[in-house]
Amino acid sequence: MSSPAAMQSIASEPISKPGAYLLLDALEEQGVEVIFGYPGGAVLPIYDALYERETIRHVLMRHEQGALHAAEGYARSTGKVGVALVTSGPGATNAVTGLADALLDSIPVVCITGQVARPLIGTDAFQECDTTGITRSCTKHNYLVESARSLSGTVHEAFHVARRGRPGPVLIDIPKDIQFETAPYTNRAAASNRNCIVLPEIDHATIEQVVDLMRYARRPVFYTGGGVINAGPAACAALRQLASVTGFPVTSTLMGLGAYPASDPQWLGMLGMHGSFEANNAMHDCDLMIAIGARFDDRVTGRLDAFSPNSRKVHIDIDPSSINKNVAVDIGIVGHAGEVMDAMLAAWAAREAGEPHDSARLAPWWKQLHGWRAKKSFDYAPSKKRIKPQHAIERLYALTRGKDVYVSTEVGQHQMWAAQYFHFDEPNRWMTSGGLGTMGYGLPAALGVQAAHPDALVIDIAGDASVQMTMQEFSAAVQHGLPIKIFILNNAYLGMVRQWQELLHGGRYSHSYSESLPDFVKLAEAFGGLGLRAESPVELDAKIMEMIDSDKPVLFDCVVTQEENVFPMIPSGAAHNEMLFGEVRGDEVSDAGKVLV
Amino acid sequence: MNAANPTLQSVYPVTGDEGAVREVILAVIVDNEPGVLSRVVGLISARGYNIESLTVAETDMEKHTSRITVVTQGTPAKIEQIKAQLGRLVPVRRVIDVSAESDALERELALVKVVATGEHRLEAMRVSGIFRARALDTTQTSFVFEVTGARDKINAFIELMKPLGLTEVSRTGVLSIRRGVERD
Repeated sequence: MSSPAAMQSIASEPISKPGAYLLLDALEEQGVEVIFGYPGGAVLPIYDALYERETIRHVLMRHEQGALHAAEGYARSTGKVGVALVTSGPGATNAVTGLADALLDSIPVVCITGQVARPLIGTDAFQECDTTGITRSCTKHNYLVESARSLSGTVHEAFHVARRGRPGPVLIDIPKDIQFETAPYTNRAAASNRNCIVLPEIDHATIEQVVDLMRYARRPVFYTGGGVINAGPAACAALRQLASVTGFPVTSTLMGLGAYPASDPQWLGMLGMHGSFEANNAMHDCDLMIAIGARFDDRVTGRLDAFSPNSRKVHIDIDPSSINKNVAVDIGIVGHAGEVMDAMLAAWAAREAGEPHDSARLAPWWKQLHGWRAKKSFDYAPSKKRIKPQHAIERLYALTRGKDVYVSTEVGQHQMWAAQYFHFDEPNRWMTSGGLGTMGYGLPAALGVQAAHPDALVIDIAGDASVQMTMQEFSAAVQHGLPIKIFILNNAYLGMVRQWQELLHGGRYSHSYSESLPDFVKLAEAFGGLGLRAESPVELDAKIMEMIDSDKPVLFDCVVTQEENVFPMIPSGAAHNEMLFGEVRGDEVSDAGKVLV
Repeated sequence: MNAANPTLQSVYPVTGDEGAVREVILAVIVDNEPGVLSRVVGLISARGYNIESLTVAETDMEKHTSRITVVTQGTPAKIEQIKAQLGRLVPVRRVIDVSAESDALERELALVKVVATGEHRLEAMRVSGIFRARALDTTQTSFVFEVTGARDKINAFIELMKPLGLTEVSRTGVLSIRRGVERD
């Protein structure tokens, strides 16, 4: 036990290594399997160390924004922390969009940036920028590493910060000379782990109060969000159980799709600007709203002073600053969604033992919900000649049943149609840019998902405009043998911009028509992938099957009707119960509403 | 232009902001590390809140913590938001609303330069005596006074010095601490 040799090893310093090796050791200890990155001058020592490291796979992207989105896709589909590695200067500035995206959608990502050597900082050196300054407001936290000695400890803390509390992106800026400088390694257990949010103990009196409200509610609704998915599979299971024992209807934000199964009869569909009639009406007319891991985003609430006017509101969130931020609530509970729901389940069961819940009191509410549902707000006019975008998604959904499917999207009309017509029964299957609304997110995100799930069917539902923003990443997919399927709903328009111009600007389609679109089939072939095109409903199914069966990355050019709009829609400046359905004229939006986004 | 239009409603949270605007003094205890001041200030300014005064120095050498005292204004809801947002920052250890207690101690130090001769010079000396200001520097035609006190007192001192030849003011910003045995 206390042999002289052991004594000596405690007394002497551990072996010193260069910073680049310390970084990789720390990543390895954190369980990192894949890095999405792009090399450059200020990270060359790290890439040199990576050359002989077989435990970590590196996926070379084509742009740093793509590296961040791929890391997001990886993180969102696995529940682990995604890692990106980029160089200084332009590498860091290109990463900013991805960092901001991860911040708004609470995605755990660690971004490692190179920096010029310490003596050069502040001298306008080649490829120098103030990375920590630029990224301060678009990261959860960032670090400029001061010495190799603090490097490995900083990496451990960065992972801790990224995944703990409300997850988010963390950036570590490492000057090049530190990557060469030698120092001993600090392991995970010895690193300082500062907490950004100290979660209070669950207050059982408050939980009792909530359960009391639940038992006597006549028109309750669960309003769930991406926080439930971030809280893990156990939280999603707790939500399902909670809905099952209470019999309450469930709706969810765009980010929360999949936490509750879309095939369940208690599911109302997505809510918000393009949500279902029944979900938005339920939010407006409910008497008890239980928000779980959702943040009352403006796309969800619509007009704030007309938002769910007659309800008691309970808000469960891990981030204290989310509670009472946009909407004042009656009971705010700061906590981990899964743990709070478990406590609610226990309290509900205890009350149930004394006196069973009178589920008959919910019957009129369900009758009303069924009435709203009968309006079939997602119905659209079918076409035999042209492919309707809604129909394309419906077919894509139908033909991928029974497969291990993950879906990402870009941003715009196709994103909303994907949310409306592609249904999810499991969490972590749906990757979309909800908060920042980043066009170009979907393709690299799909790549990240595929890297994590090599055998799964990963589909990026895209638009012809969005997909061109990060089109170059298709090359990365071919290089790394990641057979992602890019399903482009091609209407030759910036569809959502065109829709708003139609509704709000009198049909003056200012610069929203995509002139000179590339031939996507030839483009796919030029990249070394497979290109497919469907122009009529007759050939759609066979082409989709061809896409699914291909083992190559596929660009699918689905030519759809050009002037289809996303409905239903809550126009800007309107309340939940003032939805628009198909065929509307511009004058249905008030002048005041036109100034809004 | 639509500010007066009561029908204007935004999908963005532009609530009527119920509640009176009050001034708040926040003491933010932070890890003393590079960039921490920028984080705190950036967070407040990025949300459109103005900082009226700011004081910062390391207060615990062993733990390497600094105390940042921020004076800002807002409705109760906004102030709760600022506190919660500050609490999310990794290097922030605690956020204390010092002004939540009405009788919290508040001090500020100011250096005030007055250039005057004759009767004005004598009057400046008299006023400085009333305010217990110290003359740190004296020439034939000027004084530099050091005055400490709550902001009201310093504001009053400056107002009185204006007609007497006040040329320059340098103020520390507010320092604040709670009364009694309680430790923040």
